[in-house]
Amino acid sequence: MMNRIQHKLNEDKKLLSIYFTAGYPSLNDTVSIIESLENSGVDMIEIGLPFSDPLADGPTIQASSTQALKNGMTTEVLFNQLKDIRKTVSIPLIIMGYFNPMLQYGVENFCKKCHEIGIDGLIIPDLPVDVYHEEYQATFEKYGLTNVFLITPQTSDERIRYIDSVSNGFIYMVSSASTTGAKTGFGDEQLNYFKRINDMVLKNPQIVGFGISNSETFTQATTYAKGAIIGSAFIKHLNQNGISTIPNFIKSIIS
Amino acid sequence: MSYNVNEKGYYGEFGGAFIPEMLYPNVEELRQNYLKVMNEPDFKAEFNQLLKDYVGRPSPLYFAKRLSEKYNTKIYLKREDLNHTGAHKINNTIGQILMAKRLGKTRIIAETGAGQHGVATATVCALMGLECIVYMGEIDIARQAPNVARMKMLGATVVPATSGSKTLKDATNEAIRDWISNPVNTHYIIGSVVGPHPYPDMVARFQSVVSEEIKSQLKTHEDTETPDHVIACVGGGSNAAGAYYHFLDDENVNLIAVEAAGHGVNSGESAATSVLGKMGIIHGSKTLLMQTNDGQITEPYSISAGLDYPGVGPMHAHLYASGRAEFIAITDDQAMNAGLELCKLEGIIPAIESSHALAVFEQKTFKPDAIVVVSLSGRGDKDLETYIKHFNL
Repeated sequence: MMNRIQHKLNEDKKLLSIYFTAGYPSLNDTVSIIESLENSGVDMIEIGLPFSDPLADGPTIQASSTQALKNGMTTEVLFNQLKDIRKTVSIPLIIMGYFNPMLQYGVENFCKKCHEIGIDGLIIPDLPVDVYHEEYQATFEKYGLTNVFLITPQTSDERIRYIDSVSNGFIYMVSSASTTGAKTGFGDEQLNYFKRINDMVLKNPQIVGFGISNSETFTQATTYAKGAIIGSAFIKHLNQNGISTIPNFIKSIIS
Repeated sequence: MSYNVNEKGYYGEFGGAFIPEMLYPNVEELRQNYLKVMNEPDFKAEFNQLLKDYVGRPSPLYFAKRLSEKYNTKIYLKREDLNHTGAHKINNTIGQILMAKRLGKTRIIAETGAGQHGVATATVCALMGLECIVYMGEIDIARQAPNVARMKMLGATVVPATSGSKTLKDATNEAIRDWISNPVNTHYIIGSVVGPHPYPDMVARFQSVVSEEIKSQLKTHEDTETPDHVIACVGGGSNAAGAYYHFLDDENVNLIAVEAAGHGVNSGESAATSVLGKMGIIHGSKTLLMQTNDGQITEPYSISAGLDYPGVGPMHAHLYASGRAEFIAITDDQAMNAGLELCKLEGIIPAIESSHALAVFEQKTFKPDAIVVVSLSGRGDKDLETYIKHFNL
C-alpha cells in the first residue's frame, strides 16, 4: 500500500517541501503554518520537532529550536496540536527531529502516535541507517512510516546503494558539506553531484536540501532531482514577516 | 563480562555512533584506521618518545605519607598534574595529533570547557605546526581568561560558542558542526572518552598509559601490580578511563568513580550523571545523560568546570550499569575542603576536578593495609581564583 509520500512522488511535477520548527514563532502556530503552506501550493511539509542540541543545524534553525522550546514545545504538545490535522490537510507530513526525544518517548510509541495522527514519514538525522535497519525498520514499517535518509557529496556510491535499498520513499540529498542554512546558491560542484546521483538511477527519487532559498536555487536543485526542501530561508521569512505572509513566500518560489 | 568496547563500538548497551550522515565519512575513516595506526611500530615509537621527552612521563606514583596517616590506609597519588600543560589531557592530544598527521589532516579542531583540553590541543598543534581552532562556550571564555590567553599564545584561534547554554556541550556542538562543514582536511580532537565510536575507545587507549605506569610503579613500591582501589573523578571520564584501563578485567581491583554533586545530588544544581541521568544520546553516543522527560539535554552544574558535562563516556555508563565501578558523588564544598587538605598535608595544590577524587577519603573508610591509588588528574593553578573566592584567601 502506498502512503501519501509515495503517491506524491509519483506525481509528474517537481516537488517543493518546506521545513519549519514546531512551536516557532509562537507555540500554537503549528496548525496555521501547515494549513497555510498547503493552501499556498506546497507539496510536502517537514515539521521540525525542536531539540536542545541540533548538531546538523546552522544558527537559524538552532535559534528557532531554542525559541520553540522556550515557548513550551514538547513531543506531547506537538502530537496534541496535530491530532486533528488530517481533517484539514491532505499533503504528506513528515516529522523531522533528532533521535533522543523520540528515544525518550519510546520509539514504538512515537511511531504509533505518528500513525494515529496521519504522519507519513520521519527524518532523523542522527539515527544511522545501520541502526535503523537492525533495530527499528520493522517498527516503522508496522506503522506505515517512511523513513528518510540523508546522503552528502562525501557519501560513497556503495553506501548510497545501501541507503537506497533500505529507503521506501525518497532520499534526502544534502547539497554540500555544511549545516543547514550555511550556504545559498549552487556551483558546478553541486550540480555535478546532483547529476551524478541522478545518473545512478536509484530506486528512490532524490529531494535536495540545504542551500535552497529562492526560485532560482529551487530550479537549479530540481534540474536533476525530484524536488527540493527549503528550511532556514523559510524560518528567516517567518522571523521577519510572521505567518500571515506565508503565501507570498511560497509564491516567490513557485509562481 | 567485558568492560572494553566490542567490535560494533558498544560497551554493553552504551556507545555506538549516532551521527548525522554528514559525519559518517570522517568517523568511518577514523574507525577503519585508528587501531591499525596505533599499532604501527613507528607510531608507537613517536608517541612514547613524545610522552617521555615532551610530556615528562612517566609521571610519578607518589606515596602520600601524611595523607595516608590521616586516613589510616596506603594512599598513592598518580601525578598527572606534573605533566606538561598541567593535566592528563596532553596524553590524548599527543596521540590524536599523531593520528591526524598519519591520516593526512592539516587542520585541527577541538572543544573545550575550562580550557585545559583546548590548551593541550593548541600545544600539540604548535608542536606539529598545524592550524588549530578551539571552540569554547562564550560563558567559559569569560570565566577562564588565562586559558584563553594561553591558547592564543600557542597560536590557536578561539571561537566562541554562542548557541544554547554557551558552555562545554555547546562548544562540542560547534566543533561537530565545523567538522560537518570541513569533512576532508580536518581532524576533530575530542578531549574525553565521549562522542561517537571510535572516540571513546581511542581516547581511552591513549590515556591507558596512566594505568600501565601504575602497574609497574606499584611493583617497585609494593611488589604487586594491582592496587586494591583506584579512585578517579569523572566528567566525561578520560582520566578515569586511563587510570582504570589495565584493571578493568581484574575484578579484585575496586574502581571508584567520583562525580560532581555540585550543591547536592538533588539540589537541581549537580553534575552527578550516573544518578541523575537516563539512557540517551549526546554527541553521537548512547550513554547516561542528564535530560528532561522530553529528551532535551539539561545543563549540569559543578564548581569544577572540568566535571560539568551532562553525559558521561559510554565506558563509564557501562561500568555503572554493570556494577563494576562504585560511583560516589562529591559536593562542591567536600571537594574544596579535600583540595585544601592536600595542600596542607602534602604540599600539592590539586585541580578542583582531582579534589573531588580526594574527597572520597572523608566518605569511605579503607583498610589500613589497602593500596589506594588516586588519579591526581591535574594541578590547581588554573583554579586559584576559585579557591581564593571559596576560602576568602
